[in-house]
Amino acid sequence: MSGALPVLDRPLTRNVRADRSPTDMAAYEANGGYRGLRAALAMSAADCLQVLKDSNLRGRGGAGFPTGMKWSFVPMGDACSPGHKYLICNADEMEPGTFKDRLLMECDPHQLVEGMICAAYTLQADVAYIFIRAEYHKATRLLQEAIDACKAKGYLGDNILGSGYNLEMHVHSSAGRYICGEETALISSLEGKRANPRAKPPFPQVSGLWGRPTIVNNVETLCNVHHIIERGADWFQSLGLTADAGTKLYGVSGRVKNPGCWELPMGTPVREIIEEYAGGMEEGYQLRGFLPGGGSTDFLTVEHLDLAMDYDTIGKAGSRMGTGTMIILDDKTCPVGFVKNLTEFFAQESCGFCTPCRDGLPWSAQVLDDIEHGRGLPEDMDTLQRQVAFIGAIGNTHCALAPGAMEPIQSALKYFREDFERHIDGGSCPYCDGGNS
Amino acid sequence: MPVIRIDGVEYEVEAGGNLLEATLGLGLDLPYFCWHPAMGSIGACRQCAVVQYLDEESEQAGRGRIVMGCMTPVTDGAIFSLGGDRAQQFREAIVESLMLNHPHDCPVCAEGGECHLQDMTVMVGHRDRHYRGRKNTHRNQYLGPLIHHEMNRCITCYRCTRYYRDYAGGTDLAALASRDHIYFGRHQEGVLQSEFAGNLVEVCPTGVFTDRILVHDYTRKWDLQSAPSVCTGCAVGCNTLPGERYGRLKRVHNRYNVEVNGYFLCDRGRFGAGFVNSDKRLEYPGLRREDGRYDALDHHRALQQLQAACNQGNLAGIGSPRTSVEANFLLRTLVGPDNFSPGFADSEQPLVNLALQLQQDSPAVTPDLRSIESADAVLVLGEDVTNTAPRIALALRQSVRNRAYAMAADLGLETWQDAAIRNLAQDERSPLYITAPGDTPLDDVAAGTDRLAPQDIACLGQAVAASIAGDSNEAGQDRAAEIAAALAGAQRPLVVSGTGCASGEVMQAAAAVANALCTAGRQAMLCLAVPEANSLGQALLCGADAPDFSALQQRAEAGEVDTLLVLENDLYRRGDGDRIDRLLAAFKRVIVLDGLDNATTSSADLVLPAASFAESEGTLVSLEGRAQRHFPVFPPPAERRPAWVWLLACLKELEREEAGSLHHFDDITRACAAAIPGLSGIPAAAPDHHFRNAGVKIPRQTHRYSGRTAMRADVSVHEPKQPQDEESALAFTMEGLNRAQPGSLLPYVWSPGWNSNQSLHKFQGEVGGPLKGGTAGVRLLQPGSGPVVSGSTGPEPFRAEDGQWQLVPRQKIFGSEELSALSPGIDELVTPAFVELGSADAESLGVADGDGLELGDGLARLELRINDCIPAGCAGFAAGHAGAENLQPLARVTLRRAEGWQRREPQIIGSDGGGGND
Repeated sequence: MSGALPVLDRPLTRNVRADRSPTDMAAYEANGGYRGLRAALAMSAADCLQVLKDSNLRGRGGAGFPTGMKWSFVPMGDACSPGHKYLICNADEMEPGTFKDRLLMECDPHQLVEGMICAAYTLQADVAYIFIRAEYHKATRLLQEAIDACKAKGYLGDNILGSGYNLEMHVHSSAGRYICGEETALISSLEGKRANPRAKPPFPQVSGLWGRPTIVNNVETLCNVHHIIERGADWFQSLGLTADAGTKLYGVSGRVKNPGCWELPMGTPVREIIEEYAGGMEEGYQLRGFLPGGGSTDFLTVEHLDLAMDYDTIGKAGSRMGTGTMIILDDKTCPVGFVKNLTEFFAQESCGFCTPCRDGLPWSAQVLDDIEHGRGLPEDMDTLQRQVAFIGAIGNTHCALAPGAMEPIQSALKYFREDFERHIDGGSCPYCDGGNS
Repeated sequence: MPVIRIDGVEYEVEAGGNLLEATLGLGLDLPYFCWHPAMGSIGACRQCAVVQYLDEESEQAGRGRIVMGCMTPVTDGAIFSLGGDRAQQFREAIVESLMLNHPHDCPVCAEGGECHLQDMTVMVGHRDRHYRGRKNTHRNQYLGPLIHHEMNRCITCYRCTRYYRDYAGGTDLAALASRDHIYFGRHQEGVLQSEFAGNLVEVCPTGVFTDRILVHDYTRKWDLQSAPSVCTGCAVGCNTLPGERYGRLKRVHNRYNVEVNGYFLCDRGRFGAGFVNSDKRLEYPGLRREDGRYDALDHHRALQQLQAACNQGNLAGIGSPRTSVEANFLLRTLVGPDNFSPGFADSEQPLVNLALQLQQDSPAVTPDLRSIESADAVLVLGEDVTNTAPRIALALRQSVRNRAYAMAADLGLETWQDAAIRNLAQDERSPLYITAPGDTPLDDVAAGTDRLAPQDIACLGQAVAASIAGDSNEAGQDRAAEIAAALAGAQRPLVVSGTGCASGEVMQAAAAVANALCTAGRQAMLCLAVPEANSLGQALLCGADAPDFSALQQRAEAGEVDTLLVLENDLYRRGDGDRIDRLLAAFKRVIVLDGLDNATTSSADLVLPAASFAESEGTLVSLEGRAQRHFPVFPPPAERRPAWVWLLACLKELEREEAGSLHHFDDITRACAAAIPGLSGIPAAAPDHHFRNAGVKIPRQTHRYSGRTAMRADVSVHEPKQPQDEESALAFTMEGLNRAQPGSLLPYVWSPGWNSNQSLHKFQGEVGGPLKGGTAGVRLLQPGSGPVVSGSTGPEPFRAEDGQWQLVPRQKIFGSEELSALSPGIDELVTPAFVELGSADAESLGVADGDGLELGDGLARLELRINDCIPAGCAGFAAGHAGAENLQPLARVTLRRAEGWQRREPQIIGSDGGGGND
């Protein structure tokens, strides 16, 4: 943590302690907890939604879709057929290099629960699920304790705080597939089916979990909701340094002096995050490039260090802000091996539903493995380039997994092409022992 | 209708469809795998990619995006490119990806030559392999005697599980594992449990699931000789395409009929024709010697014997509900209507006649299978259709989805958006109520099941009818009120019943419900299942007053008749052995025409070998009153002749006047139509032998039919003249035209570039619509003018009696039907005859599962199966199985532990209970 910002301007991590011990109900409430819930219940659901829309909160799971707009597609009142409506928190954090949601859930579980109650109220959902990565067993336990504490206090259950609003909340521990981070695959998995994504339309807002209107949002997104409702859209807008509003949990991993995760104003420049908060590169290592928002985003390089980390700026530079957690590529790590490692992960995590992803990713991984081990042929560069075009466009595949998986490859071919060629020409990896670097 | 532009050409297409089916309907080629016309779209394979442009400007600039044809609705003004480089390269890349792990085993693959993957690979132009890695391999599973599994060939299109689970309701085949390791199989080896598993053979676009019988006696599709045929496995009348080579029937494929079987058959139909190749088939006429053995005759001498017998004696005849109208008509003509019994068992005859009468009288529509699929509320009374008329059960499984389609329509989803609709509707189903004397395989989709004795089923049905009519609301009839409300609240309610539980009261109750619905202004449908392929035709031919076996026996004993001709009918399946012995003993001479050696042929003085359905032409009338024609797939060998040929020759030898004008098969059909008002429509079942397609006959052989001159080379190098078919518009040749002729004359499907059965769409006007040449068959029944049967009084409720159990027939898809049970593969799935009791009844007898029970006074000794779905006081028995012939349905019998019973070895059953064969 850095103390660079005043406490009030770090709404998401204000209860995160230096020793990472969880904040319990008493401490949470002592620090203003569940005031957002009371504020929300005092408003109409429609007013809550309007505040959300005005705040310009964008989804923190990676796509950056405006949350208020996403919610506005959920049928409300008489427009909704009788039956359940669901809110699902996507806590299946499996994006390579990403560990921000874990911090939020392990250090401040009540924040997520309060955010979800406010979100569910806004949507008039009556059942909420936290779909959480199985490895996050500590967070699973803490969230269940938080839910139990809320039930005891009347924050969950029937007639919450006398408002007449009912909500039940469950924690569901995932069986562990990266694809479950895709919201429709998550829904399939939650229904007990294969974790295959679903074709859209229909969107989950109208036909989601068990065919009912459903909203799936990332942990960090939901953690913002009650703060926005309590303090207003203008406050939230004012937190960001650029057009994008609010704060963001940024992370850095790789060969930096101080890898970690920090809540900073949206739009903080990349260089500031890496050099000030992550402490700069380790001695003897130079930065060659970085994946700005997890394993499925395009590489950026030294020339992009002064860009603001927000959705639009990073998007214009040819990548995506994704989860906002950077992975650093240094000058002593083989970019081919780096990309191969990622591609093997994505190939393994393909659900196997559509052809380009199921069969194309293993092929790409195979080619990268050949190149990395000196078995590459010159035409392999064409194969990779073809695969990028074949798999890399959204719409070519059933969901966004494979296009995301191709982003590191396509940008590595752009920025580190000579490394690939040195592997192929030299017949071995120049970064390994015996290499010629 | 929307107008779309494809590669610069404008087309008018049906609204509400997707681009893929519209494209195929226009006659254009667009490759695909996961989409299936009966199962809709899921967008998995990405093979039908096209480029869609936002507007003309973006089209000119070439700025389009790749979309999947199967997932893209056709909207007015939409602009697509199929032939552009980008779309073509993408589609080629898909096939290249699919081929990464696909083995290069086409020469030894049973799918080769009719492989959709081969066709699509050629279509997209993929040739050179760039991938240098190893191929993934899998272990194959034993899936039972009918389906062969070869997982390495899988291209992961998900059609198999979508068909097996989503469409057919199976549970023991699934997509397992993930990524490029996905495995389609059972969780452990074992017999596939679905009664419709065989369709996997045609649904799989490559050689993962193939016909196991064919695999072991193999012929490529292009070497098969085939002809349009009709399944004889039950009364549904599914259209089939049997294929022959070397005089052996090699396999049966589905023949599309939009109103009947659509794209799918049941496994009895697909695998149940193997009896045609049986060693027990008769090839030569046989004359019984004094020592009880038979002398083989040629057909001239056989005819002389037949003629002599007919001249000497006074004739009586027993026809057969499992063979054609024409053969039965000729025998009836030969012996005279008064001496002709239709060949039903004595107890069955009034039931079939009642089924016909109820359908003729009821104002309710007798539905075809497509109409059954459209029903939005269904009541099944007493009939286990999965085991008596299986294809109807598959149609009923689709009918319960109408609720899902209604929900989808509210959301603006088209019916082809299969995955989306299933996700939306989840377990929401249209109401299906099943009332039967036990469990049925459709129970899993039923809104309610009632396991009742037949009398109680009839009571419930009558209570439903009364409730619909608003007559009564007796206490304790909540269920009847619930069912009545569901049916009356539906747009297209359907009542299904039949002869399966052997109760006329049940069928009358079903008709009462349908009639009450009609009276209440609903467009009700009434479907009554009858047992055999031509049961209804036989009832129409013979009328309600035709003599039954007892009547014939009396006439014989009175000396009025002395010579009995039996047509394709094993009488020992239709009554207990002593009873049939006495019947036959009453006649001086017994002459039997049949295809297979059986107990009846063994009692005959003269046996004439009859051609099977696959070797002869004939008209069959299905349970919906649809007359359909089957044609010989291959000429019968040796001295085997179609029964109608024997009988016509006999009539001519006898110089009978009726035979004077009969020269061709068609003449018999017409004579029958002229003589029998109920059958007046049958000539229209198919075009007659004068029909020509663009001036030529229709070939039974594909134009790639190979090795004709070599087939008999091991016998003689002289090629015999090809057989001539004087009786139909089909020819035993490769020459001719197989295009756009009437659906009743479609011998195979093939189109340039489309070697697999997927070429069917080239024969359809629109994808999933009727064949261009028209739908096969002609319907003989019209809705009646009003209810004749009074619906107000039901039978007395069933009362269990101490020490007596009522026998209720338990029908089995494999085993209850005579001929299919003799077919290789199916014979492995037929279980020994059994008797079923609830556990309380078994306990009262002190017997346990697997023990033997003696029924009545030596009527049968059968293995006991405990089944708590059997109503108290009732005992289910394996209908039609060897060992259960003497059991009379609905009779009350005593039960006791069978002395000296040897229990079978305990069967090792897997953890899912799926290791067994039932």
